Amino acid sequence: MSAATTPAAPATAGLLEIHGVHKAYGTLEVLHDVSLTVRPGTVTVILGPSGSGKSTLLRAVNHLEKVDRGFVALDGELIGYVRRGDRLRELKERDILAQRTRIGFVFQSFNLFPHLTALENVVEAPVSAQGRRREDVEPEALALLARVGLADKADARPRQLSGGQQQRVAIARALALRPRVLLFDEPTSALDPELVGEVLDVIRDVASTGTTLVVVTHEIGFAREIADQVVFMDGGVVVEQGTPTELLDHPRHDRTRAFLQKVL
Amino acid sequence: MSTVSLRPGDARRSPPAGTPPGGTAVADATRLEDLRIVPARHPGRWFATAGVAVLLAMVVSSLVTNDRWQWDVVATYLTWPSVVEGAWATVRLTAVASVVGFALGTVLALMRLSRSPLLQSVSWAYTWVFRSVPLLLQLLLWYNLAYLYPYLGLGIPFGPQFLYLDTLSVIDKFWAAILGLGLSQAAYSAEIVRAGILSVDQGQHEAAASLGIPRRRQATRIILPQAMRSIVPTAVNEVIGLLKGTSIVYVLAYGELFYIVSVIYGRNGRVVPLLIVAAIWYLALTTLITVVQYYVERFYAKGAVRTLPPTPLQRARWTAAVAAARVTGRPVPASVPPAYAARARVGVLTRTSRDVPSRTGGVA
Repeated sequence: MSAATTPAAPATAGLLEIHGVHKAYGTLEVLHDVSLTVRPGTVTVILGPSGSGKSTLLRAVNHLEKVDRGFVALDGELIGYVRRGDRLRELKERDILAQRTRIGFVFQSFNLFPHLTALENVVEAPVSAQGRRREDVEPEALALLARVGLADKADARPRQLSGGQQQRVAIARALALRPRVLLFDEPTSALDPELVGEVLDVIRDVASTGTTLVVVTHEIGFAREIADQVVFMDGGVVVEQGTPTELLDHPRHDRTRAFLQKVL
Repeated sequence: MSTVSLRPGDARRSPPAGTPPGGTAVADATRLEDLRIVPARHPGRWFATAGVAVLLAMVVSSLVTNDRWQWDVVATYLTWPSVVEGAWATVRLTAVASVVGFALGTVLALMRLSRSPLLQSVSWAYTWVFRSVPLLLQLLLWYNLAYLYPYLGLGIPFGPQFLYLDTLSVIDKFWAAILGLGLSQAAYSAEIVRAGILSVDQGQHEAAASLGIPRRRQATRIILPQAMRSIVPTAVNEVIGLLKGTSIVYVLAYGELFYIVSVIYGRNGRVVPLLIVAAIWYLALTTLITVVQYYVERFYAKGAVRTLPPTPLQRARWTAAVAAARVTGRPVPASVPPAYAARARVGVLTRTSRDVPSRTGGVA
């Protein structure tokens, strides 16, 4: 695992602040006054039953979902808005796209581009979104594929890869933008049990390089192992948060206890 | 690898056939290989095949024996200079109208999918009008454009105009035909392109957006190439429809295939043979389009299937190689994929297992 070839974001960058976020679909409120701070270089794991708003929160962070109230800021820069005096101006799509290059996103269903090879998948965004030269990006992309253990699959298309391999390419694709924060939306939920480990290994490796990570997962053991902070969400609110020991071994809320009993 | 797997088999087969197999299931199973395979019989299929063969023979014989087809006349006019010219005009009409139709159709589809209500409604209204009015009527309207607008001007909207053109000199028969065919084609193409774009998984849009790929690049690099897979078959259908649809342009007395043919039979009275001439040309051109379609579809199937199916050419080549191997007894070339090579092996196995003790030659 050659972390040296792919410069990680500086350890000071990657402060993610979520403040009083509300989001409703019609009359259904999926996020209610959610606040969360993720310090640079730390790993936050979000747990919670399905429908608790975890994924929506993650998608709100990179503005795939527009929130109704509250704001999200990365290193003090608002996502989706710019402050001019006493008002917030909505950013144009172009500027939002530029902000997203600083936030990596890994989907539950991989969402690799099926008509492009693994290498092309990784190279695409650095070239077209960051305007970097293809000749510079390609060696870096190959190094990233090697880092996720897929050096020999650079020319394979996603459908020729297993689920675990596809998710590892998706992680390499997100890393290629050198994001300050990396969001994982249930990265192993669509995988066969025997493929989960290889993806978790890669996430573990990324965590060790000091990139800020936010991971939505159901893998409690993994959360205990890598998380600096665990957050439990239910019904669109943050029920409690704390260190893995605090939250997983000594939960203060009945809802947390009930959830943990069910999944452990 | 092959020698390792073969050796135990040979060893098991080495005792003479009369030797009791020892009564174990393993011994029985190995001897299954030596049994002759009897293919399943399909009497229903045979009857149907025979029936259709008879019907086919009747058709062919009537084509040959009924001299009213006047094949000699057909042959003469098939390559008649003015007929070939007409066919070429048909090709040009089809090509230009397709390009106009699909270019405008793509724009209309993107308008329909945009977030501006005005763009959406204009696109919807366009499709509504041009799909509702018969093509024949549209063609005649465009041809009579000069009645509505004797001059066409180029300038600032509601302001001064710099350039005046005589409508009749701009919209000749060819361009009236292109306007009629192309603009109505655009209405259909818009829906085809829109359906193609909608068929691409929402996750692809989200992935492209989350990577910060610019909007235009998202469309051209990520979405449209995937949409093409469902667009191409329907689009080719439309192009074929357009090819045949050009025959309607004969109302403008434009010299495309059908008009030329009708002029000739109007003069010499050989209606049926000349209609056959036109039919053969349309058949040939459609066949050409179908072949192109096959390869375009293969191109866009990249990534959608794990391995591409072989082209007819490849299939023919491999089948020939297998046949040659079976006749000569030589091994199948390594370039032939295993699925085809196996066919040669089946033949060799069933034929040689009785008289030749070893089948290593067929396997290598």
